[in-house]
Amino acid sequence: MDLAYTDEEEEFRARLREWLTSVLPGLPEKPDPGDWPGRRAYDTGWQRLLHDAGYAGLNWPADAGGRGATPTQHLIFLEETERAGAPYVGANFVGLLHAGPTIAAEGTAAQRARWLPPVLRGDEIWCQGFSEPDAGSDLASLRTRAVRDGDDYVVSGQKIWTSHAEVADWCELLVRTDPAAPKHRGISWLAMRMDAPGVTVRPLRTLAGSTEFAEMFLDEVRVPVSHRVGAENDGWRVTMVTLSFERGTAFVGEVVACRRTLDALAAEARHNGRWDDTVLRRRLGRLNAEFRALWRLTQWNVSEAQSTGGVPGTGGSVFKLRYSHARQELYEAAAEVLGAGDALDLDREWVLDRLSSLSYTIAAGTSQIQRNIVAERILGLPKGR
Amino acid sequence: MDFRLTEDQRALRAGIRELLAGRFDRDRMRAALDGGGDIGRELWRELGTAGLFALRLPETAGGVGLGLPESVLAFDEIGRALLPGPLAATQLAAGVVKGAAEGEAVVALAEAGRPVGHLAQADALLVLDGDRARLLTGGVLRQVAGEARPVRSLDPGTPLWRVPDLAAYDGEPLPNGARVRREGALLTAAEQLGSAARSLESAVQHAGQREQFGTPIGAFQAVKHLCAGMLVRAETARTAVYAAAVTADPVEIAGAKLLADDAAVGNARDCLQVHGGMGFTWEADVHLHLKRAWLRAGQWLTAADAQEALAADLA
Ligand SMILES: Cc1cc2nc3c(=O)[nH]c(=O)nc-3n(C[C@H](O)[C@H](O)[C@H](O)COP(=O)(O)OP(=O)(O)OC[C@H]3O[C@@H](n4cnc5c(N)ncnc54)[C@H](O)[C@@H]3O)c2cc1C
Repeated sequence: MDLAYTDEEEEFRARLREWLTSVLPGLPEKPDPGDWPGRRAYDTGWQRLLHDAGYAGLNWPADAGGRGATPTQHLIFLEETERAGAPYVGANFVGLLHAGPTIAAEGTAAQRARWLPPVLRGDEIWCQGFSEPDAGSDLASLRTRAVRDGDDYVVSGQKIWTSHAEVADWCELLVRTDPAAPKHRGISWLAMRMDAPGVTVRPLRTLAGSTEFAEMFLDEVRVPVSHRVGAENDGWRVTMVTLSFERGTAFVGEVVACRRTLDALAAEARHNGRWDDTVLRRRLGRLNAEFRALWRLTQWNVSEAQSTGGVPGTGGSVFKLRYSHARQELYEAAAEVLGAGDALDLDREWVLDRLSSLSYTIAAGTSQIQRNIVAERILGLPKGR
Repeated sequence: MDFRLTEDQRALRAGIRELLAGRFDRDRMRAALDGGGDIGRELWRELGTAGLFALRLPETAGGVGLGLPESVLAFDEIGRALLPGPLAATQLAAGVVKGAAEGEAVVALAEAGRPVGHLAQADALLVLDGDRARLLTGGVLRQVAGEARPVRSLDPGTPLWRVPDLAAYDGEPLPNGARVRREGALLTAAEQLGSAARSLESAVQHAGQREQFGTPIGAFQAVKHLCAGMLVRAETARTAVYAAAVTADPVEIAGAKLLADDAAVGNARDCLQVHGGMGFTWEADVHLHLKRAWLRAGQWLTAADAQEALAADLA
């Protein structure tokens, strides 16, 4: 049990900190949440800066263009960037945190060479076309069809809840390539261009009023067979790799952000007098225990991943479950701190964050699905019907 | 950074588990409880011989020279086995109270407003009063014991006594009472952790065996989700307790105690639910874990005090 960082790790941290201090003041203003082109430019601009300084795809293997850093260095990176208030990964989320790592792990040399560098440079944005109107939690029952025609697949169907579809260049797309096979067996994982003829994106309005995600209609879209990652009909296995990255590491940096938010809440409560409310004050104290523990849980998972060559294990589901609920409790407490008037004011950042926190127990696998995973894969309980 | 247990730590843990399995199996545990929570002097001495109480004394003082993390692993096992007795207080008094390090002496814990456990067997009383700690022994201790009234204890493994106001009794002050309280809280949190893990194991085992509607109840999602929730509680608390053992940071210890108390109590309740009617019987061990967890939650650091400490830490 060693929580101390090595000299090498501390040196990495110091250099990163120095770099952050030098670049952050020069960043442009954060764009308005509704300004999609602005948001894309902002997020990719930040990615470009990271790339040029050698911090892009830190934890990606070196032969995928990454830095091959250890999980611990990646942890330090997330800790320091959040602490410094650096931009969040934003529209680069899918490319950097799960499509990219999946291609690095499962793609051919040509595929890695084609798709990975633009993700690292911030030139191309990816989105995730997994869910369908009738296949959410039961993802393997997806119906979008891909029929082989020469060197192409012809893809038709509908996807839904596709985050950042409006600004994406590529989509990691799950399709059914063998309708006769058992449902987990006939799926393939494709990379589809979002500007291909036949792709229509219709933004959906979220309960926060924004257009974070969209519906996607696919009408005889041609996707080259060479854009399939993994073998035909072996897409479910590839998907498990994607999901392990999505749940395993994708939320790590946010814990640090939540701790900053909690500090800010306490400061506000002291300022507006709510701190004198014993119940509320103790509730904030409890949240402090919660987020500290979630950070320690992260370090535990990272230490485990380090020993298995960087692939996150089922610990990701444990983390995701606890974290998603803690995040919602954090913003419930924020509403209490703000008080009746301000908690209704959408111009207060915390009010918008409270709304978006509602998605955490749903997106990337609902809490119920995570509990099934924990119970069946970690505890070994019998599979339900 | 590598948060995982070292080889030595794993070995230590396995050694203690083995010792307890050999000397304190379920039959002995039940016998100890039926005997009114007798801590069993012989076992106490064996634990002393194995180095449990002297674990953190420097080797120059005849101790084992290990640290808080190792103690936490040991107490994790103790909680799992439901071993009775004021183990944390005795370890903390080792090196000060004669015989504590060797397992020859039992040091009980007294906190204002709460009944004292194992008073009749105590060779010394560790009195915690805010950030001060002192030890009552000899004639003073006998006087306190003489004035104490037995309480019908909720926890069959912990006989309790109501004692007179201890402010009136002189004792030998222990240096650094705040630290004694913190470390006692951490070791107790570790016991809670072991108990939480044991409740989880027991629930999962039962859920895999007990059949209803022609299938193991563990195949039902309602049961499965209770178990998954138990794992998440236990693992979150575990990382909090282990990390607090490494840093010894007061705020981190407060968080660890808070979450470990929650995990022990919450897991015992859910385990009881998973056991159905069987869970409500004296025969099933789950009530023993729940009762002990309630007892420990009130010791060393309460939820209210932990939350206040954690709140004060915020900007
Ligand atoms: C903000 C946001 C962003 C998203 N981004 C993307 C994206 O970019 N790409 C993408 O592909 N998808 C995305 N999703 C979709 C997300 O993965 C799904 O919403 C999620 O997996 C749940 O599926 P569903 O919406 O169909 O709900 P359903 O599966 O219909 O679930 C409805 C309810 O039933 C419960 N339920 C379902 N099955 C079971 C079961 N077996 N046991 C117990 N309870 C069950 C669920 O827990 C839930 O409470 C996003 C979702 C959100 C909210």
